[in-house]
This record gives sequence, C-alpha cells and structure tokens, in this order.
Amino acid sequence: MIILKTIITIFVLLSLFKLIKQKKNNKITFLAFIFWFLLWLGIAFLFYLPETTSYLATLLGIGRGVDLALYISIILIFYLLFKVFVRLNKIDREITKIVREQAMKDEE
Amino acid sequence: MKIYIVIAAYNEEKNIENILKSLLNFNYNIIVVDDGSTDKTAEIVKKYPVILLKHIINRGQGASLVTGTEYAYQKGAEIVIHFDADGQHLTSEISRIIEPLLQKEVEIVLGSKFLQKNKIPFFKKYFIIKPALLFNNLLTGIKLTDVHNGFRGLSRKSLSLINIKQDGMAHASEIIAEIKKHKLKYKEVPVTVIYNEFGQGLFSGFRILKDLIFNNLIK
Repeated sequence: MIILKTIITIFVLLSLFKLIKQKKNNKITFLAFIFWFLLWLGIAFLFYLPETTSYLATLLGIGRGVDLALYISIILIFYLLFKVFVRLNKIDREITKIVREQAMKDEE
Repeated sequence: MKIYIVIAAYNEEKNIENILKSLLNFNYNIIVVDDGSTDKTAEIVKKYPVILLKHIINRGQGASLVTGTEYAYQKGAEIVIHFDADGQHLTSEISRIIEPLLQKEVEIVLGSKFLQKNKIPFFKKYFIIKPALLFNNLLTGIKLTDVHNGFRGLSRKSLSLINIKQDGMAHASEIIAEIKKHKLKYKEVPVTVIYNEFGQGLFSGFRILKDLIFNNLIK
C-alpha cells in the first residue's frame, strides 16, 4: 500500500500543480478549476483514509468502500465523456458553418 | 421558373465532367459544391458555366448540399434539385422530379429506385437498404419505398422550412423527419439508379445510424 500511496501522491500533486498553472494562465474557468481541484483532493483523500469510503458505502447500502469509489468514478467518467462529446459536436457544427460561409463568399 | 441543380462533389474528377456536359443540355442553373476534394474536381468544374462553391476542408455530403441549397435559396431559387455526383442518376429524369413541383402538387419529390425495375446488388438491397428503410419508416412514421436516394426536389416553401443539421450521410433520413415535422406534402417518383461501384457499404450504414442517434442528443 505504501508504494501505491507514494505513486498516487506524486500523481495527484503533479495534476494539482498543472491545474494551478492552467488557472494562473487563465486557460480554464473558475468553476472548472474548483471541480478538478476537489476531484484530485478527493482521490488523494480516499487513498489516505480508505475507511471513510467504507463508512459512506454502508450508509448508501453498498457493501465495500472500494465499490462505492468505483461506481462514483465510472459515473464521473461517463459524465465527462458526454461533456467532451457534446463539445466536439458543437465544434464540428461551428467548423461547418465557417467553411460554408467561406464557400459562399468566394463563389467561382 | 428559377430551377437550381445542386451537386455535392468530393473527389469526383472521373464523373463530374460527364454529368456537367449532360446537365448543360438543359436550361438549369447548376451549383457544384466541391467538398474539399484533393483531386482535380474543382479545376474540371471551373471549365464549365456553372457556379462553384468550394469547401476548404471536407465536411460531408449533408453539409455540402446545405451549402449549395442555401446559396440557391438566397439567389431566389423556386425549385432546388439534389443530384448525386457519382453518375448514378440520369439527367434526363430531372424533369420527372420537377414536374410535380411545377404543378404545385407537392412540396417535396423523392426519387425511388424501387418504383421501377433497377439492378440493385443483392447484398446491398436486402442487408442495407431494406433494413434501413424499415428503421426509417418506423422512426418517422412515413412510409416510403426507398431510403437514402440522393435524387430529390424541393420547393421554395420546403426550403424555408427544412433544417438539415447532419453533416454526413444521415441528412437523407433527417429530410424525411423534417417532412413529417412540417407536414409537407411529398411524393415519390420512380428513378433509374446505376451502380458503378458498391457505393455506401454496411459500415456506412452503421455510421448513419450512429450519427442519427448521437446528433439528436444535441440541439
């Protein structure tokens, strides 16, 4: 567990460092910053105090703490995937719009 | 009557010349949308007295048809005909599509390869077109005899109503959904379809399905 903890700690610290840098350069919104910040802190927290997940899990009627952590991460991943997908679709449409405008302007 | 023929062409250097030559025998306005072709399509089209609109990058057949159609609408088109660039339709049959629109009988005319005898590859007919047709009919509640036939005619009124959001091939299903949504009067007319190559295969069928499902999640 100690090796895993070290790896996770380094990873979380690196991620937080990157996140703060992005915020400083105004590359992400305040809300996104808070979201990711809490997410990474939460991950570190879970690895240091895994018992809390067991406590929460029994509260929610799920057997093991690890299961709860897994469920939550899967939901989160799907949510983020959907967000990315929506964004991509929007960008796609905007590109088409620009290409169309250009085509109509430069008719030959 | 201002009639515009809209052709979406992507890498069609082999076919586009013959189509244009044949189309110029009639008195139509012709718009070719070059969808970011990497071959000589645009250069060939430039030699003819037609309007050429160029997408700087490839955006798909649906996107190209919308570009051409929107342009025609702005120029005051009263009828717009969509015509495939790969030589599978006959220019002489455009009049069949136009006729019901001229008579103000309907707002949209769709070409159907099943209303007359056509040579359709067996696999394509029973494993791609028929299932797609069933799916479309179930989804839209409009019973058609053909699906994804690129040969169609639209009146000015339908042009102002129909909104195509699909950039890819799924636009054909979208048009049918729009017919239903705006309760437009439509009609199918028999057309000849010549299969040069296999055309859209099984995978593109799945892609259309995916596009239809996912793109409808987003407004």
